[in-house]
Amino acid sequence: MENYDNLLNDLAPKKFGKVGVIWTCSLIAIIIVGIIAYIDQLIKGQIVTNMRDYALWGIYISNFVFFVATSFVGSVTVAILRLTKNKWRTPLVRIAEIISLAAIAMAGVTIMIDMARPDRLLNLFIHARLQSPITWDVIIIPTYIVISFLLLYFPLIPDFAILKKHFKDKNPVLSKWYGKLSLNWKGTAVQKALQEKSIRIIALMIIPVGLILQTIDAWLFSTTYRIGWDSTNMGPYFIAGAFVAGIGALVTVVYIVRRAYHLEAYITDFHFDKLGKLLVLACLTYLYFNINEYLLPAYTVTKDESVHLNTLFSGSYSPIFWAVTIIGLIFPILFLLFKKGRKPLPMFIIGLVVVLASWWKRYLIVTPTLLHPFLPIQGVPKSWHHYFPSIHEWLITLATLAMALLIITLLVRFLPIIPIQRTADEQALLNNEKDTKS
Amino acid sequence: MKNDSNSRRKFLNNGLKAGIATVIGGIGLSKMATKLNAKTDGKKVELMTTDGHLVEVDASEIIEEKTTNSKSYTVREGFKNKKFVMVVDLAKCKNALKCVSACNKHHYITGKNAWLKVYKMQESKDTAPYWMPTACQHCDQPACVTVCPVDATFKRRDGIVLIDNNRCIGCRFCMAACPYSTRVFNWSEPDQGDITLNLSMEQETQPSPEHGGLPSIKGTVDKCDFCPHEIKKGKLPHCVAACPNGVFYFGDKYEDTVTNGDETLRFSKLLKDKSGYRLMEGLGTEPSVYYLPPVDRLVDFEKGLKQYDEYQSVKKSE
Repeated sequence: MENYDNLLNDLAPKKFGKVGVIWTCSLIAIIIVGIIAYIDQLIKGQIVTNMRDYALWGIYISNFVFFVATSFVGSVTVAILRLTKNKWRTPLVRIAEIISLAAIAMAGVTIMIDMARPDRLLNLFIHARLQSPITWDVIIIPTYIVISFLLLYFPLIPDFAILKKHFKDKNPVLSKWYGKLSLNWKGTAVQKALQEKSIRIIALMIIPVGLILQTIDAWLFSTTYRIGWDSTNMGPYFIAGAFVAGIGALVTVVYIVRRAYHLEAYITDFHFDKLGKLLVLACLTYLYFNINEYLLPAYTVTKDESVHLNTLFSGSYSPIFWAVTIIGLIFPILFLLFKKGRKPLPMFIIGLVVVLASWWKRYLIVTPTLLHPFLPIQGVPKSWHHYFPSIHEWLITLATLAMALLIITLLVRFLPIIPIQRTADEQALLNNEKDTKS
Repeated sequence: MKNDSNSRRKFLNNGLKAGIATVIGGIGLSKMATKLNAKTDGKKVELMTTDGHLVEVDASEIIEEKTTNSKSYTVREGFKNKKFVMVVDLAKCKNALKCVSACNKHHYITGKNAWLKVYKMQESKDTAPYWMPTACQHCDQPACVTVCPVDATFKRRDGIVLIDNNRCIGCRFCMAACPYSTRVFNWSEPDQGDITLNLSMEQETQPSPEHGGLPSIKGTVDKCDFCPHEIKKGKLPHCVAACPNGVFYFGDKYEDTVTNGDETLRFSKLLKDKSGYRLMEGLGTEPSVYYLPPVDRLVDFEKGLKQYDEYQSVKKSE
């Protein structure tokens, strides 16, 4: 029982310290600035961006793709590790579910920021046409939001009941909220069976839905004729990329939460080692699809393809391209293959690099292709031949990233970040085993 | 989840419609069969074919087509029994740019990217340069229409692809899908000035997709509309009428005739005689615009260079 109290004290949500408050306030400040920039964009139109008739999509779209990719982490860690019965996932799943939910919610917001007529949003339902990939997105993104939410919520129910008791005297208001969210959880056999079954169904559903989501995202590009997008490789390429971005984000957030909440006893080097192996698997898979995506067209060198590849390999986009490929993909693989590279701190740095590279990778997928269309770019101002995001675009994009981080921060603040009930059960199981052995 | 039930309802609705259509089709077929079995009464009628030959057919074979009444005409269906095509003779183009300025003027284009542009083309270092006027190709398999999520851009039975800019949500997917880069976007409030004044003067009371740019709307897509507003008046599209060199031919594929205002030619014969082709045939977009190769040119390519401006297609004075 003493054990259990310790556990509860360790894992129950705690108030933020000074750093936590400063962090939250700065996120809110960034969001406010972004909202002001967005209102300005609404008033003046998208002329405030640097997008024009040729570079018709910019970082709003690449940021959207980044969010969608990152949201894949829920499917991978929760569902796949569950199906493969990997026990080490227990202290990590909730963080993964939180990232997943925050990312997919922000993906929905970001795509609306790119719409020049958000006031006509309802047209997507009133006049929906099923052959448009955007309609597929309109169907799959809300579906994924709901499933991600349920996958986060169902396992939380017993924990809410525990927290209701825990905060009864310390914080009655919070306790009341936890009580409402626990849906009268008593821990009876019927409730447990029902909860088990619900989680199993959702965990199974999120795999195909997650794969479909990534694939549809890829099809937004590969359903066009454009060089660099018109590729049958796109679906698996995006899935592999999402695998990398998601695990990278997970590693980063897990490290920070572990430090901030002093959870070293629960999230150990062993967990980072396992995560590192998963990340290197993701990176190797992604490297394979990158080779398919770039080296095959480089072998046949049709005229259009060579223009595209030259801007990436040696042209104006080459610094970003090589940084993303070497620092963001090949270096992580090299470091993670060694045991020392899979220690917490190196893993944190690698995770951060991988996430940054994933963001810029989407920029490289969206922008260069638009700037070499089939017919030459003529009859438009010189500035339309290039694209780099404007201040408005940066402010708004930063705000969306800050908002995703704020959602994660708030959920980390108010939810038990490591499943209490599950950990207790597993520890009890472990103790029982010890008892029978001795 | 509202959207799920909505699209489901739509799906069921469409399924129902398809079912009804099948039943109606079945009735139609059986009616046709009875007509075929009907005895001829021996009356013969003389008719003239499109080639100008006289033929004699049995009177019972003639099915009277109701003349198109204005009530059945809708913007989304277009002109009945027409299929508009354009032929661009590259041999005659000397980059006079009258087509561009006429188009810009009549569609009140105030942006920086014209709907119709004359491209300076050269396939490779050793091949001859030429001028190529290009606007919307009005494809029969339009990629832009396929990807539009809200049916704002649509294909009509008469072959014209138009945009309903009161429905467009500004996602720009159509622009990404179009391989001919002909679509332009209203990034800011279009500065069309006294267009409302013109609206009342020309008695074009209702803005319609049939007159693109009248008015343009912020955050929506615009493009060449093949000038149905001129066709309605029995006139040729502005670019065709404005060209001093007779580069553009416009007409109806079903009538097999095209005209540039000066001469009227057989469409099929013109393509055959002058080896007509279409842009990026390999993509399978099936454009309605045909090109005649720039051979036996009367004017040097260099003469057009004077007017050429790589960075401007809409002059501010227009």
